[in-house]
Amino acid sequence: MTAYIIRRLLILPIILLGVTLLIFAMLQVLGPVERSALYVRDVPKNERQVEAIIKRYGLDQPVHIQYWNWLVGITDGATGERVGGVLRGDLGYSRTGREDVIDVLIRRLPATLELALWSMVPVIGFGIWLGVKSALNHNKPFDQVARIFAIIGWSFPTFVFALLMLLVFYAKLDWFQPGRLSTAFSQEVIKPGFTQYTHLMTIDSLLNLRPDIFIDALRHLIMPVTTLMVIEVALLLKITRSSMLEEMRQDYVTTARAKGLPEKMVTNRHIRRNALIPVITVAGLTLAGLMGGVVITETVFDYPGIGSWAAAAAVSLDVLSMLGYALFTAVLLVIANLIVDVMYAVLDPRVRLS
Amino acid sequence: MTTLSEPAVLRPGANDAGELREQTRLEKALGPEWARIVKGIVTNPLSVLGIFIVLGFVLVALFAPVLAPPPRENWSRMQIPRDGFKAEPQPPMSEWKKNAPMTIPWWYENIWPRQESWVHIMGTTSGQYDIWYGVIWGARTAFFASFVVTFATAIMGGLIGTFAGFYGGWVDEGLMRVVEIVSAFPFITGALILASLLTPLFGRSVWPATIALIIFGWTGYARQLRGDILATKERDYVLAARASGAKDSHLMLKHVIPNAMFPTMVRISLNLGAVVLSFAALSFLGIGLPEGYADWGQVVSFARAWILTLDQHWYIIVFPGIALLLYGLGWNLIGDAVRDIMDPKLRGKTS
Repeated sequence: MTAYIIRRLLILPIILLGVTLLIFAMLQVLGPVERSALYVRDVPKNERQVEAIIKRYGLDQPVHIQYWNWLVGITDGATGERVGGVLRGDLGYSRTGREDVIDVLIRRLPATLELALWSMVPVIGFGIWLGVKSALNHNKPFDQVARIFAIIGWSFPTFVFALLMLLVFYAKLDWFQPGRLSTAFSQEVIKPGFTQYTHLMTIDSLLNLRPDIFIDALRHLIMPVTTLMVIEVALLLKITRSSMLEEMRQDYVTTARAKGLPEKMVTNRHIRRNALIPVITVAGLTLAGLMGGVVITETVFDYPGIGSWAAAAAVSLDVLSMLGYALFTAVLLVIANLIVDVMYAVLDPRVRLS
Repeated sequence: MTTLSEPAVLRPGANDAGELREQTRLEKALGPEWARIVKGIVTNPLSVLGIFIVLGFVLVALFAPVLAPPPRENWSRMQIPRDGFKAEPQPPMSEWKKNAPMTIPWWYENIWPRQESWVHIMGTTSGQYDIWYGVIWGARTAFFASFVVTFATAIMGGLIGTFAGFYGGWVDEGLMRVVEIVSAFPFITGALILASLLTPLFGRSVWPATIALIIFGWTGYARQLRGDILATKERDYVLAARASGAKDSHLMLKHVIPNAMFPTMVRISLNLGAVVLSFAALSFLGIGLPEGYADWGQVVSFARAWILTLDQHWYIIVFPGIALLLYGLGWNLIGDAVRDIMDPKLRGKTS
């Protein structure tokens, strides 16, 4: 198993290098003038000044040198300071966020993380429960209903579902509102009396002993969480179900039954344990799905996370913000995949032996 | 080997229980795998429903000029006609004043006998784009996007996966790393960013989103086909063919690819429904398409300005939303049935 993990760890830098290459390639769609936003906030209109900036930051040099500069930064000829450099966390200036890309990411990430965490729990819980139950009731009514639910959930466009939720629960009933907090509370949480320990509103409000803010934050989470759930539960249900069905046909299950184990024991101890191994992969992929899903969900519900910012950046062609977001999500996903693969190897000996 | 073929008429087929029996006419015509798929699809009520839904959309797309005639002879047809520029959307069945279709087709007269002029059957969006026109002609955009993207990704991913699986070694290592790098980006994120970057290059049209979805969508096919080819390559009949001196190209085309292809077919049918949702999501966010282009996602996006009063302006999301849901559902019902038929793990369990 150690060999397997080492192999995976050796591949990691190659993948990350490839990711940066791909992003740098997309950056080449821009001309040198626009790319100077990597180093300066306001690109001057004056042609001569622009040329000076291009020279100063080496934006007219061969592509491989530019790539290296983009990766590790460049020493500013005028001031002797080191500027830029993705590896140093300098992703340039975000027009839509009105501050450095990295600062926008750090400021907006907690909101997205809170949304993803609150969605993850019910998605995995419901998905696995429904999947196991419909496999145990294969081709019976429960299975058929779950299956139709999965197909419909899978076919439902996220943004239409989100807008329908707003139609019913906001415009019609006014139970829940878009956004992250009500206006009054969002003023309150930035006052000195409220300490933001984690920047996750549902946790901070409890730590500050403010149940009213906690309930307000929950009420704002319900609609986006439900939206993300419907699609992801459908996916997880499908995979759990077919994994269960496969395990149920294995010889060891027959053996377990033949030696007289009660059916409950066979299901819980033998089938379900093995069937849930591939589900780990999907739980990892659920994170990816959530990271992708938040772009649309956050936009519709006006939720101030990194997804709605990325969508706004894409619409106004704010390239540096978009690519910063892409780099961030890609790195996150690569690491999540690595963790999933390692867990898989730990749990399933067949993976590490083959 | 193929010259020593057995008499074609009596070639036995096996039923699900593994018993030998004579081939049916369907099997003779299509081969046993295809026959099983076709038989499975037409006997499953859900997939029959899916086929009817998709056929319905084919008819809508074909007869779009009759269902929603363009206002003028030289009208660029994919552009939704607008009845003025007012912001406030109009409810269904309100009067159509400017840019109404020039002809009144037979079906329209029959449904509203006293009406001599056009109404907005499904209402208008803000900016007075006619929703009916957008929903009808949007079917063409949906077929275009789903077919172009699905087949381009299937071919691209298929070729790369085939190469990787068949040659193995360094070719495989290299190609699989490329697959991993491209799939490091969440699909929608990657497509969103690339489509946005491509928009200045291609101008506002269907192409930026289409190309972006292709470039970030092929990796699934590559992974799948590579795995299936690796498994098929080890089968005895391939070894036998190799031992009898068959060339690489012959092995691939005659033995490996035809047998490794079936899981990819499932993926294609499920993808046709999924692609249209991604495409609509991009145009909903405002990426790629010109304003007023007949596309379901685009029509829904007009509702974003009316969040507070969505209950009064429900028609902006409900009609194009139903179209999107049904289109995706149609393909997914077919794809789901095909997957069940071909999933070897479930084979023999279903009757």
